[in-house]
Amino acid sequence: MESLLANFLAKYNYWVYIGLVMIGMYAMIAKRNLVKKIIGMNIVQTAVILFYVSIGAKKGKTIPIIAHGHEDTGHHAVQALDYISPLPHVLMLTAIVVSVATLGVALALAIKIYRQYGTLEEDEIAMRIEDQ
Amino acid sequence: MSAHFPGLVIIIPLVAAFLILIGALLDRRLAFPLTALALLGSLLTAIGLLVKVLQTGVVEYHLAGWAPPVGIAYRVDHLNALVLVAVATVAFVNLMGTRELVKGLFDDRLGPFYTLYILLIAGLQGIVVTGDAFNLYVLLEIAALTGYALVGMSEGRAPLSSLNYIFIGTVGASLYLLGVGYLYLVTGTLNMADLAVRLPALYPSKVVVSAFVICLVGLCIKMGFFPMHAWLPNAYSHAPDPVSSLVAPLVTKVMIYVMIRMMLFVFTPAFAFDQMAISEPMVWLAIVAIVAGSFMALSTRRLKRMLTYIIVAEVGYMVGGFWLGNRLGISGAILHIVNDAIMTLCVFLSAAAIISKVGSDAIDDMQGLFKKMPVTMGVFVVAGLSIIGVPPTCGFFSKWYLISGAVAAGQYGFMAALLLSSLINLVLFFRIFEIAYFEPFHDHHGDHGHFVSAVQEAPFEMLVTLVVTAVLLFALGIYAGDIVSQIIDHAIPVGIT
Repeated sequence: MESLLANFLAKYNYWVYIGLVMIGMYAMIAKRNLVKKIIGMNIVQTAVILFYVSIGAKKGKTIPIIAHGHEDTGHHAVQALDYISPLPHVLMLTAIVVSVATLGVALALAIKIYRQYGTLEEDEIAMRIEDQ
Repeated sequence: MSAHFPGLVIIIPLVAAFLILIGALLDRRLAFPLTALALLGSLLTAIGLLVKVLQTGVVEYHLAGWAPPVGIAYRVDHLNALVLVAVATVAFVNLMGTRELVKGLFDDRLGPFYTLYILLIAGLQGIVVTGDAFNLYVLLEIAALTGYALVGMSEGRAPLSSLNYIFIGTVGASLYLLGVGYLYLVTGTLNMADLAVRLPALYPSKVVVSAFVICLVGLCIKMGFFPMHAWLPNAYSHAPDPVSSLVAPLVTKVMIYVMIRMMLFVFTPAFAFDQMAISEPMVWLAIVAIVAGSFMALSTRRLKRMLTYIIVAEVGYMVGGFWLGNRLGISGAILHIVNDAIMTLCVFLSAAAIISKVGSDAIDDMQGLFKKMPVTMGVFVVAGLSIIGVPPTCGFFSKWYLISGAVAAGQYGFMAALLLSSLINLVLFFRIFEIAYFEPFHDHHGDHGHFVSAVQEAPFEMLVTLVVTAVLLFALGIYAGDIVSQIIDHAIPVGIT
């Protein structure tokens, strides 16, 4: 039990992202409202982004600017260990743009659906489609 | 100039997308010629790349001059050169054939439509040439987002289907991104060639196994592999006709290419086939996909919907063929990517021509169409024969490789599924041929006062493109042996027998 707790505390960033993915998936599967589903989808994407951001982080290290790492004038070689890895963060800038664009397309379609059926509840839309 | 071909394949459509949007603001008649010019350019570039690869071997291209693993590398070998030509051909031919249809459907939105069209092609071509796992994700989302928008452009049930496609497609892409994240976590690199070098030492690691499983599940969702296919029939059958004939041949096939690329060149065959030992279950899943897809196709009386279920079965062909794990099976899968792209294009284009003239996609409304639209129906017959797998057409040859691969691997269940699916396809298409050929022309809309006897042949450029695709089906069949020995043989790693 203790080891389980220790495991959880040592790697809590992974547990957080797994929890967020599960919440997002649950919303996409169980909710009947299209906007709630879209929110669930966005939570899944954000969880993956947080996962990437967290793997770049290091405890007690500084931002990747050379002057911040070494107290002196920086005559010796750059020590990668002293810095937070910037690469995953840079990658996630692109992923954030992608997730915003996805959200935009999804909301635009939701508007189109609302104009057409007058509702965003899935079961009501299904009823309207059957009526036609 | 030719040194920049791998970059140009993406840059031409990307730059053209902006020009089209601006040009269409000035005069929307500019949209089509600009798109045609750009796609012709990228088609010629793709063919140039294929020739170059055939002459000199693998082409490496470093974007902005940064060498990998730091920079993004585009790496074109025999496999992606072949798929690239197929993608560019389908995009160009479909553009030419659907001009009148697009004008009829989206006359007020020509600029946005063609911008999305060409961005989709930029995304797909990028997926095919890139040698970087994260770059692949970004391009995959470019292709997916434009695909969602194109599918949702028409009225009726299309927006709802498109929204469901977004939900499932986003989960698939996010899982792929997560898998790539795991690989980055243990190797610190995103370059595919670099990953392949660093991974073997880490094969026992559970992280690599998780990455493999997560990536594979994500890609299976994106390609519409059977249990995860639910988005595909709705999205493709409710999409506007010129869009279905673009996304149906390309998107699923490019995703299968990505699976082959990841399995063979990032995770090596030693890992994917031997260590993971999932070949057997994957082939069985493919068998289920083929049988289920075929039966679902049999259960519908709507033309486009039937064709989408056939795609579900065809995805099963390619996934199963690949996971047979021998040279014959993988050759069959790669050959079928190309053949199926052209077959699906041909069959969806003729369906678009038929639906636009008949005004309905019910199979029962196709009575007497052979008399009214002889050329379109002739091409439809050729495409149908190719999907069934009748010898001079290309469908036969890829199926032949797949079946030989199944026999060589001892997977008789897969062989049986392929034969069963061919038989069901036979029923599917001859049911349509019978209605269209033997049943007399019937005037359904007579009560409303206008006569359907006005049904006549599709527009001239549609007919020309239809005939061109039909000829391509024969040409691919006749040269199938050359394609396999000259291109596909070099695309498969030597270790696979």
